[in-house]
Amino acid sequence: MTAVAPPAAPTPAADAARRVGFGHLLMTEWTKIRSVRSTLWTLIIFAVVSLGLTGLITWLNIRALNSGRTDARSPGIAADPVNFILGTGLGLSQLAICVLGVLVITSEYSSGTIRASLLAMPRRYPMLIAKGLVFSALVFVIGEAVAFGSFFLGAAIVHSHFPVALSQPNVTRAVIGSGLYLTVLGLFALAIGSLIRHTAGAVTTVIGLVLVIFNLTGLLPYSWGAHIHAYMPTVAGVLITQDKEQAGQLLSPWQGFGVFCAWTALLLIAGAYLLKRRDA
Amino acid sequence: MIEVRDLTKRYGDTVAVDHLSFSVHPGRVTGFLGPNGAGKSTTMRLILGLDRPESGTATIDGKRYDQLARPLETVGALLEAKAMHTGRSAYNHLLFLAQSQGLPARRVDEVLAMVGLTPVAHKRTGGYSLGMSQRVGIAAAMLGNPPALLLDEPVNGLDPEGILWVRNLMKQLAAEGRTIFVSSHLMNEMAVTADHLIVIGKGKLIADSPTQEFIERSSERSVLVRSPQADRLSELITTEGGVVKQETTNGTQPAGLSVTGMEAPRIGELAAAGGIVLHELTPRLASLEEAFMELTADSTEFGAATPAAPGPADGSGPTHGPAPAGAGQPGPARGEEIAP
Repeated sequence: MTAVAPPAAPTPAADAARRVGFGHLLMTEWTKIRSVRSTLWTLIIFAVVSLGLTGLITWLNIRALNSGRTDARSPGIAADPVNFILGTGLGLSQLAICVLGVLVITSEYSSGTIRASLLAMPRRYPMLIAKGLVFSALVFVIGEAVAFGSFFLGAAIVHSHFPVALSQPNVTRAVIGSGLYLTVLGLFALAIGSLIRHTAGAVTTVIGLVLVIFNLTGLLPYSWGAHIHAYMPTVAGVLITQDKEQAGQLLSPWQGFGVFCAWTALLLIAGAYLLKRRDA
Repeated sequence: MIEVRDLTKRYGDTVAVDHLSFSVHPGRVTGFLGPNGAGKSTTMRLILGLDRPESGTATIDGKRYDQLARPLETVGALLEAKAMHTGRSAYNHLLFLAQSQGLPARRVDEVLAMVGLTPVAHKRTGGYSLGMSQRVGIAAAMLGNPPALLLDEPVNGLDPEGILWVRNLMKQLAAEGRTIFVSSHLMNEMAVTADHLIVIGKGKLIADSPTQEFIERSSERSVLVRSPQADRLSELITTEGGVVKQETTNGTQPAGLSVTGMEAPRIGELAAAGGIVLHELTPRLASLEEAFMELTADSTEFGAATPAAPGPADGSGPTHGPAPAGAGQPGPARGEEIAP
């Protein structure tokens, strides 16, 4: 351990030709994200909860219908089986994506890794962009896989009563849209994480917003209340995961997705600005 | 070369760094010395672009840190040892840093071998001791084989073997022509490591000089004199150009006089000429740690609310002053407790 053997004296000129580009930043962020266990575990929880809940709840509803008892209620599944399949599991498991999005940035602050990161990548905007790209690519791939998995699992279970298929109108868009929604949701959480910088505070904020605050705006009266509700980030964003238009829906699925993206972009810009301004 | 010009940093009402200017030159170990809270870490963070200064500049080879094309190949830094994700292995921590500079993964293996961590490289750093974490930090600093290194309290928490290792590493790296800038709040450690010292207190520059010169200048010589006719003796000394300070009594002996600006033989001659009885006449050299504490006494942020009385409060250095046992302090005491 006492052997001191640093390599020969530095030769700055020798490798002047080697360029460090954005690709290196992407590789760096990929190494960071894959080398902590929290990434793997959150994604496993996400997949298990998505598929498990989708399978369980659709199966329970179909069994109730099969029982032929008159008190078996399954209004949701009968009205819109695709939305039922995609909404049940992902409705809860989306929280795992929120947590992961927050952790990707806040764990750097809580551990102090942010300082090592910024020493290596002192230009902070490119670093955050690389982090966002790598994380969203990961969530997109896993999100689409789980969305399609949930759909096929649910479709197989409901098949006897409600034959659903990707070929039906808007169904493919809704399934792909579920993966897209999760991807933007992850970035939304990452943006909140970069603003708040503390894991517990940021996770609480994101989950509070997604599960409570945005939905509470639905209680506002009059048409302005309905408009405020419609333009809330996840309320608008979730439209792309639905194959059928809901009663009183103000935005089209893609408009809603656009609104969600705009909110997320705004928060990411604010997060990037503060990352640049604040002491690390 | 690292250059700091008129650097100022505030945290709220506190001025952490106050119009600080200095240069750190290659080929030698430059010690960055100051009491806790003097602004050493803040200055380093400003140089490294982690914090934004209110005013002033800090440059490395003429460039601001965030203008460096490949920062880790220009300057390596060791800040807090434990600033790593506890769930990530040392290998992966160093790997992402290497990738960010476009360095090959084999460079990670090289620096891990250099700091002796190869056997535990793939274990999570949460289980590492402070010494091992410190080695990961040094490996990270050496990753880009940089011509300059900034080390913030690198021997903190290390065992004697580790301290010696870091000390030798710094000397060797400086001998290779690199710029080594190392902070410490321990004067004794710096005295044996640094060739040049930059001393700050309350964010302001106190001294910027070669270590040897600093030691000679700040290790004030004084002579302890005890005499039943202290008043008359003190008059004689003062008229001859000496400076006399009454020492506080410790109860068992008459209070002594601390004389500066006059050597012991001359004091003895004066006493003999005046027919004054001497009970004690002892030349003393203040220890380096004391000299440093004296120098920074006015600028200690979290100093105890006692008058600038003699003697280090924590007993970390050899004491002198009123205690009879410490009355004689022949020769420099530097490096005593940390010598290998």
